[in-house]
Amino acid sequence: MLKKPIYFDHAATTPLAKEALEKMMPYFTDMAGNPNSQHIFGREAMSAVDNARDTIASIINCKPNELYFTSGGTESDNWAFRGAAHALKNKGRHLIISPIEHAAMISTAKALEKEGFEISFMKVDGEGFVDLGHLKSIVRKDTVFVGCMLANNEVGTIEPIKEIAEIAHANGAICFTDAVQAAGVLDIDVKALGVDMMSMSSHKIYGPKGVGALYIRNGLNIESIITGGHQERMKRGGTTNVPGVVGFAEAFRIAAAEREENAKYVASLRDRFIERVLAEVPFVKLNGPADGDRRLPANADFSFRFIEGESILFSLDLAGIAVSSGSACSSGSLEPSHVLLALGVPEGLAHGSIRFSFGKHNTFEEVDYAVGVIKEAVERLRNMSPLFKAESEVKNV
Amino acid sequence: MYNEKVMDVFRNPKNVGEIENPDGIGTVGNEKCGDIMQISLRIKDDIITDAKFKTFGCAAAIATSSTATEMIKGMTVDDALKVTNRKVVETLGGLPAQKIHCSVLAEEAIKKAIEDYRSKKNA
Repeated sequence: MLKKPIYFDHAATTPLAKEALEKMMPYFTDMAGNPNSQHIFGREAMSAVDNARDTIASIINCKPNELYFTSGGTESDNWAFRGAAHALKNKGRHLIISPIEHAAMISTAKALEKEGFEISFMKVDGEGFVDLGHLKSIVRKDTVFVGCMLANNEVGTIEPIKEIAEIAHANGAICFTDAVQAAGVLDIDVKALGVDMMSMSSHKIYGPKGVGALYIRNGLNIESIITGGHQERMKRGGTTNVPGVVGFAEAFRIAAAEREENAKYVASLRDRFIERVLAEVPFVKLNGPADGDRRLPANADFSFRFIEGESILFSLDLAGIAVSSGSACSSGSLEPSHVLLALGVPEGLAHGSIRFSFGKHNTFEEVDYAVGVIKEAVERLRNMSPLFKAESEVKNV
Repeated sequence: MYNEKVMDVFRNPKNVGEIENPDGIGTVGNEKCGDIMQISLRIKDDIITDAKFKTFGCAAAIATSSTATEMIKGMTVDDALKVTNRKVVETLGGLPAQKIHCSVLAEEAIKKAIEDYRSKKNA
């Protein structure tokens, strides 16, 4: 076993960049003013928030006044979806999302459905890519919102957002994208993507937890979901998390500067890992895109046949390797991942899925060590499985 | 979420395997739900002399399979039928609420294996 546990769960969260922590520190103590206060302490804090907003706005190519700070990806998704649905309900009540969205969108869709909105799901193929032809066939005159993630958190599929936005706009609907997993990895220029709204989260890009942002194109008015004071141009109440947004901006600045280099490195870890697992572990299926260029560089998701994901997760955990099973956020539930089911993965295989997500601090040594541990763990669990013996004699995966 | 005892049993489960030509065997659960448990028994004069399991499932399912098979070894079949999932969970020092159904599977697998034994005996 290696000296330190190995962290292969960067899609769940990332460690805070030391540079970001340093920038945050003074705003907890010496410069702890409320940015809405008018005195020197308040002005100091407001200036830090403004700088953070400028930094992120320039990275995503929007105006600073089109960027709103939130408590994270879930709030941004909720706000975009709910806020747009409510604001546009007189124009139409038909909303379209993909079936592989984050729980923040799926749960909000259910809530909106109860309110009387009609939700349709665009189809995805076996690798998770949205079927643009199907999307074209389901948009209607009363469709007001089309939402799809830029890259999927579980299987790493990078979606054709530009084309999705074009279809939405051609039909008079707005287009939203959840860029929580894509930020820091892909170029998330809102003009190039052509989206009207975009969610981001700080802690997926080596920033602090509890902070995120929503881009809302100027001219688009959506309803607020957190009503309160004058913060965020009166669109989102609540005292701004000053150290949080400062750390978020610094982490984003570093992520943008190192983006291509890191993406290339992390993809090389992923490719070695995928290649070795497919070659050395029998009865395994890679979920998501086979083409590495159309998949998040950090993501490798496998279904191990005849065994169950949670027992794989804990076997790896006992050997010092941290991963997640199914969708990390749904690990409390017993249902197999809605993402894998939408891709057509059979339920038995979906139960046996493990997501590995790499980060810039991971090494090839860790990847190689993990492959060895996985082989042992999978073999041990298969020897315990009543499904293994019978089916392995039939040599098909 | 799991206590140390559960993790210990999961790490080193006892009675993994399948008894050849068992006197009783029972399989419960299904792949769709993510849990399948098979218990096979060697029974002499109504006393369980050996019990083995094979389980497709989570850490709790594996730990309860191991614990349940340990508990029934040496018992008469009548006593083994009285082993409830609650007793298995108690022996493990508790399970998270959403994992209690795994222990039910162990109880059901034992019952099914004993039913199988009795039906063979009466055949």
